[in-house]
Amino acid sequence: MTTATARQEAGRAATASQPAVDLAAVTKDFGSVHAVRGVDLRVEQGEVVAFLGPNGAGKTSTIDMVLGLSRPTSGRVEVLGLEPRHAVAHGLVAAVMQTGGLLKDLTVRDTLRYTASLFADTAPVDEVLEVSGIASIADRKVGKCSGGEQQRLRFAMALLPDPALLVLDEPTTGMDVEGRRSFWEATRRDADRGRTVLFATHYLDEADRYADRVVLLSHGRVVADGTGSEIKALTAGRTVRAILPGADPATLRALPGVDGVEVLAEQVYLRTTDSDAVARWLLTSTDARDLEITANGLEEAFLSLTSDDRTDDATDAVEGGLR
Amino acid sequence: MSTSTIDVAARRVPPFGGFNRTALAIELKRMLSNRRTVIFTLVFPAAMFFAFGTGSDTARSVGDGNVSAYILVSMGLYGAALTAAASGAMVALERSLGWSRQLRLTPLNPVAYIMMKAIVALSMGAIAIVVVNLAGLVQGKPDMPGTTWVASALVTLACTSTFAALGVFVGYVVPGENAMQILGPGLALLSFLGGVFIPLTHGSAIWHVAVFTPMYGVAEVARAPLTGELPWYAVVNAVVWLAVFVAGAAWRMTKDTARV
Repeated sequence: MTTATARQEAGRAATASQPAVDLAAVTKDFGSVHAVRGVDLRVEQGEVVAFLGPNGAGKTSTIDMVLGLSRPTSGRVEVLGLEPRHAVAHGLVAAVMQTGGLLKDLTVRDTLRYTASLFADTAPVDEVLEVSGIASIADRKVGKCSGGEQQRLRFAMALLPDPALLVLDEPTTGMDVEGRRSFWEATRRDADRGRTVLFATHYLDEADRYADRVVLLSHGRVVADGTGSEIKALTAGRTVRAILPGADPATLRALPGVDGVEVLAEQVYLRTTDSDAVARWLLTSTDARDLEITANGLEEAFLSLTSDDRTDDATDAVEGGLR
Repeated sequence: MSTSTIDVAARRVPPFGGFNRTALAIELKRMLSNRRTVIFTLVFPAAMFFAFGTGSDTARSVGDGNVSAYILVSMGLYGAALTAAASGAMVALERSLGWSRQLRLTPLNPVAYIMMKAIVALSMGAIAIVVVNLAGLVQGKPDMPGTTWVASALVTLACTSTFAALGVFVGYVVPGENAMQILGPGLALLSFLGGVFIPLTHGSAIWHVAVFTPMYGVAEVARAPLTGELPWYAVVNAVVWLAVFVAGAAWRMTKDTARV
């Protein structure tokens, strides 16, 4: 991993081995709402990390603290060894928000010139226009640009200072398949040059495929932290779903390899490491019908990790996720 | 994996908290390319001067000059106040568009941001004053010594800051584009009440109300170089309203940045 490389280079610059993001026992309260309930997280330079979790998991609150937009209620937040606001002032951190953040009456070029003028050092505006593929619309008013063009402009703005840490909130929302692919190619290239990328996403396959590391957040806590395959391995196996009126959860739990049982009306959901045996038993020893076997993705992993303190929202997610 | 690491130590912080001429120039260009701003804040006050400044008694003498000069200074103040308020209201509009949040992700210091906005508001106010004064020159009726002419313009510009603050305040209270819909008629009403459009009769019923309204003080102060008189309560009025609007704007802004 990058840690080793960072260590090798530690002699070159004292700051090179600094973690890109360092959160220690961070909490954030909004009145009586505990949005973040004690997050410890260390992201090394050059890592691509996905923040995954349902709405209200604390993703945005955590990102806001990393960007210095809000202060933690308690705990410590450091970005590249600096206080977040200082890291931003040094042009080390940039972020791309999903919506807004643009003035409709400015031209694309003026938006970039304006942004560039606020930093001590930036790449030339024309170069960034070219690289971001918006040179041809440089003199167009932002309000006249399509959603995709505006998103490319937001990226161009974020890339101006050549940030060491790039924070992306749902970066590919609204992009088509090709746009998403080329976006991630470019992002990976930057990561290989040492840029750290932290992105929040709802796309589970996106987190799995493009992140070195996936951090699962739920109810303001980190509930799992590892590679996509590690997260999947946490609940290895498959889900067997069938219609089985009058199912007895205790009997089902005793089946081979079963580590999760859910009964919703007449439907049963069984998480198991031996789906063959479970399916055979259901079809031969019970009246089960309409049987379905699915491989567990990150979403199932996420659900099994957070199913302890289930709320109504989480139950909705279970139904939506497993169907 | 990573073949190079970005050198954190090599990064610099921009001077003056990010305050710079490029951004300032773009801000000014933005204001001047907005047709609505140009019409309602630059053309309208000049038109008002032509409407009010052509009466039969405009040649009557007032202080150092004549009635027409008196109207000229008043309209300059009205135009500058409207323009500055519009510029101030932009701050809140930008907040609602997420632009302020975007700026918070750059090294731009909030104080430098407000400084830039204040300079833009005052520059726009200055342009409004120049336009009204040019209208006066072209029309040829206003008469006052050159020094009085310049002094009035400068004092008017200083008074404009009150309305820049009012614009920020109203912009935060009334979200989005609606701020100008309130500021436009609101400032016209206050101008009538404050004796900007029609001179007030000292001691009349309306005068007793007018002396407490925000336009009255600044109007008296702006015309002082011409009239040569400046009642103490006009100065108190101008200072108090400036303090009220600045405090209001600062209060709403600090409340707001907590959520940015």
